[in-house]
Amino acid sequence: MALNHDFVGRTHKPTEIYEVSREKIRDYALATGDTHPAYLDPEAAKELGHPDVIAPPSFAVMLFFRFGGWPLYDPEFGKKKEPVCVHRAQRTTHRRPIQPGDRLVQTTTVDDMRVLGEHEQWTMTHTIDTVDGEHVCTVVNTILSRGTAAPGEG
Amino acid sequence: MAARVRYDEVGVGTEIPSREFTVKRVDLLRFCGACSDYTMTHWNERVAKAVGLPDVIAHGTFTIAEAVRVVTDWAGDPGALVEYSVRRFSHPVVVPDDDEGARLDVSGRIEKKLDDNQVVVRLSASSGGREVMSGARAVVRLA
Repeated sequence: MALNHDFVGRTHKPTEIYEVSREKIRDYALATGDTHPAYLDPEAAKELGHPDVIAPPSFAVMLFFRFGGWPLYDPEFGKKKEPVCVHRAQRTTHRRPIQPGDRLVQTTTVDDMRVLGEHEQWTMTHTIDTVDGEHVCTVVNTILSRGTAAPGEG
Repeated sequence: MAARVRYDEVGVGTEIPSREFTVKRVDLLRFCGACSDYTMTHWNERVAKAVGLPDVIAHGTFTIAEAVRVVTDWAGDPGALVEYSVRRFSHPVVVPDDDEGARLDVSGRIEKKLDDNQVVVRLSASSGGREVMSGARAVVRLA
């Protein structure tokens, strides 16, 4: 198989700090076509009981790519540039919405790797906390690596 | 949190208003930038076809973001969303290089009522006549 299944159970050290801004939340929301005022207008967000605008729920997934996509680009992981990967499953759980001024760090653990016919997949948990240790949300991503399994495996 | 819909006014089977979305190539480009996800299948037809896909496909995260809007717009406060999940992106949303784009139809109904004013919404999303997400659910806290 192409991928290094020894990565199961490995945890990447916490990332650098990502500081959330109103403008990034606005850009992200608009890129999904979602113009809910809670994402764009601090006054409207306050009327809903939030201290400021909030980020859309899927904003948390962006951090995986923003932080470099470990383990995807770790040479030891064995993922070549091609063929490409596709998302197979995703779960995002929020303790509270992400909001401007949040200083977030993400810790990623590879939970599972398996061969599916000619493909491989891995599942990882991203734990997103503030730098002060407040848990904000958890993202679980399963990624399918197309056509990387060695013939005859799985 | 200030969801508009009251927990006491909904039951298992309550349908939430369905929606239809259009996804064009430019939408995927914008999402590539906003999400820092430049995987080539989302913008490069040559690469998409080379790996066996019919054409450029939408990001799974983009697709679920659209589906979840159906829930957050219905509930009234996106901050009321506790969780969303997709067990499998079962078929890609294929986005052609034309003026019409792809169509994504999303519907949902309440599957379960939980404690703490939370409900589980079972989501269904289809494009090109095929279900694109299997086992898709959202948990939202109502008023």
